Amino acid sequence: MIRSIKKYLTSSSTRRGIIAVIIFLLFWEICSRFHLWFGVQVPWIGKIPAPTSVVQAWIPLLDDAGYWSNWYLSAKRVFSGFLFAMLIGIPFGLILAINRTAYGIIFPTFEVLRPIPPLAWVPASIIFWPTAEMSIAFVTFLGAFYTIVINVLGGAQSIDQRYFQAAKSMGSSQWDIFKRIVLPGTVPSIAVGAAVGMGITWEVVVAAEMISGGGSQSGGSGGGLGFFIWNSYLGGSYQQIVVGMISIGIAGYISSAIIRSIGEYFTPWTRR
Amino acid sequence: MAISTNALFAIKPNKLLSALFGSRLYLMLVGFLLFLAFWYFAVDVWRLPRFSQMPGLFTVLKEWLNPDPVYGLSLYTAEYYTHIFASCVRVFVAFALATVLGVSLGLFMGWSTKVREYVFPVFEMLRPIPILAWVPLAIIMFTGLETPVIFLAFLASFFVTTLNTMLGVDSIDESYFRAAQCLGANDRQVFTNVVIPGAMPFIFTGLQISIGVCWFSLVAAEMVSGQYGLGYVINTSYTNVRYPTIIIGMVTLGFVGYATSAMVRMIGNRLMQWRMREIAMSNS
Amino acid sequence: MKTRGQIRIKDVVKIYDPEGAAVMAVDHCSLEIAAGEICMIVGPSGCGKTTLLNAIAGFHSINGGSIHLDGEMLCGPGKQKASPGSDRIVVFQNGALFPWKNVIDNVTFGPVMQGKLSLAEAKDKARSMMADAGLSGIENNFPGELSSGVRRRVEIVRALMNDPAVLLLDEPYRALDSLTKSVMHESLLDIYDKNKVTIFFITHDLQEALFLGNKVAIMTSRPCKPKKVLTVDIPYPRNYSVVTDKRFRELMEETSEAVHEEAKKSFAAGEREG
Repeated sequence: MIRSIKKYLTSSSTRRGIIAVIIFLLFWEICSRFHLWFGVQVPWIGKIPAPTSVVQAWIPLLDDAGYWSNWYLSAKRVFSGFLFAMLIGIPFGLILAINRTAYGIIFPTFEVLRPIPPLAWVPASIIFWPTAEMSIAFVTFLGAFYTIVINVLGGAQSIDQRYFQAAKSMGSSQWDIFKRIVLPGTVPSIAVGAAVGMGITWEVVVAAEMISGGGSQSGGSGGGLGFFIWNSYLGGSYQQIVVGMISIGIAGYISSAIIRSIGEYFTPWTRR
Repeated sequence: MAISTNALFAIKPNKLLSALFGSRLYLMLVGFLLFLAFWYFAVDVWRLPRFSQMPGLFTVLKEWLNPDPVYGLSLYTAEYYTHIFASCVRVFVAFALATVLGVSLGLFMGWSTKVREYVFPVFEMLRPIPILAWVPLAIIMFTGLETPVIFLAFLASFFVTTLNTMLGVDSIDESYFRAAQCLGANDRQVFTNVVIPGAMPFIFTGLQISIGVCWFSLVAAEMVSGQYGLGYVINTSYTNVRYPTIIIGMVTLGFVGYATSAMVRMIGNRLMQWRMREIAMSNS
Repeated sequence: MKTRGQIRIKDVVKIYDPEGAAVMAVDHCSLEIAAGEICMIVGPSGCGKTTLLNAIAGFHSINGGSIHLDGEMLCGPGKQKASPGSDRIVVFQNGALFPWKNVIDNVTFGPVMQGKLSLAEAKDKARSMMADAGLSGIENNFPGELSSGVRRRVEIVRALMNDPAVLLLDEPYRALDSLTKSVMHESLLDIYDKNKVTIFFITHDLQEALFLGNKVAIMTSRPCKPKKVLTVDIPYPRNYSVVTDKRFRELMEETSEAVHEEAKKSFAAGEREG
């Protein structure tokens, strides 16, 4: 174990990655400070606050309860929307996969609605649901829901026919086939769909927070990292914008990693 | 993403229902009808509590097909098409840029381990940041109203395309590289004759996802900061209490999004004749 | 009589992951293959025979020993990995015809890439070689539209277009049914008859080995080295009636015990494919 960690740390690929990150940060820093030193501003990148100033702005925030409550609010929205999408999406997808009639009736309508971006549903959602929180939850749910259903369907379809034949020849009942072949067969696709869906959920949550908190709609539900970013922009503290962005990136990455490990836990047979 | 229903199985087709309603087209129409009927009934007939404020089915249809619409947007107004055109142009520019840059970068990252080792970590650091989180930064960086919107759509597309292209190169069976080497191809020839065609299937799957993501980000960006465009229409229709127009905007988005996705898919099928024929062989 | 294609494998050692699991795949293996010979390598799955083939082709490095082709060193002390080249062409187990190119583009790939022939010249040569092999009329098809037997033969023609010294075949007929296989065998011998290229053929099918080869090397289970090498003295051209001949059956008896023994060892060790 120690040996493999050491091997990782000293390998050439890690070294190159670290070098690249350092160059990236240096480049960013120089571009941002350029106008201070040379009077001419680097286009585009030059206007972004420098990494060092971002870090300086971040440190006091780490002590601020308000900052962490934003984390909590966004994470809460993400996970509840995601959970709903899984709870409803997986059975929905399985039903469509199993029953040809249901598929024939429901899927075309589903496919027609799918190209409409979840965010386009925001106004309709606000009209429909009583509280702003629920309208955000609905939109969040939609984002992940489509992905999960498509993945469940794809997974069920790709189960090798021979597994069914083998089961039937061994005398399995319909329920047995469902429990022991369809379900495990779709789990890997569900895992992939969940990981992708998680990413989409973060996108939607951040977008919804910005739109309802900072867009033209009034009565935003307040709080959340998306709101934090928009607020920082309006308030002119640009360093905080970057802090917010990085925070969300980290939060998103951690959530995806969690979902991925849960997925791996449920699919031991895919490990080598 | 088109899913063929040929390979679907039915564990236990309901005998009665299948006998009565077997045809696929029939089922599809039943589905649409049920959906529309539900909408109509929920809003106009039963007047369910939640649906009280929603625009009814016929209200929307009447508005959409109205030569002189109450709220200003219908199939007959020029303004409608201005908005569609504005959104489409933005998507086109963003998507084209993202495809050119993304496919190139993805191919190089897949082909050269060195390039991948340098670039991928930075790439993966930036990728988890949701596109909308870039909005303020985009506004700060770019002047004008169009550029930030296009930039955001571009960014979303770019990440997806690059990643899928790289995975596409990874997916190419080692044997093809080895065969090419045996047959005397040099590096450049391997790149043109093995890497690019071999990664194509993945690239095109990626492009279909990418255009979806492009629309997603564009609409979001338009809703937050833009003039013209379908996202803008939806947003302002809400603030100006023109509810039927919201639905018109959404439906239009659905159509246009689907059409562009289908175009990408069709181009992919044309370029990959070999794959179409291979799939046809295995299905027959 | 062919003068190119003499392979000398001397004391070759291959260890995978030397600082880690240290799996020895090839253990001081030595083998001499004369020019123009069909040498069949028989052994249980996973014993390391593909590693040997890959070493000759230049896809894997070796940790010890040397391999020479016509007197020149391919790999050995100072040069652990051979460079792949069109003098030793591999025909892969699952086929490696480029799916995105049609048959004629596949077959002309070698000479055209190397600049040895113009496209028109290459196509002419391709058409005549395919006609020789009984493969006319498919030049505009894609590999995905053809049966696996046809694909294999096309791949062999693709290889032969480059006038290689050695043809390296890695269980090319493994995935084919036995009826197609027997047709493939006769087709291969027919091609051999016209081209007299050295053939290094890996298989686990003893009957296939004895039918095709004039030298048969039976390898031990991993790590592999020749357990028994014999010459099949049945004259060419051979057809399938030879299988019931007395001499053939004698050779089968002589060798099947050795093969079976190694197969049992391999089975007991729970070898994975390869």
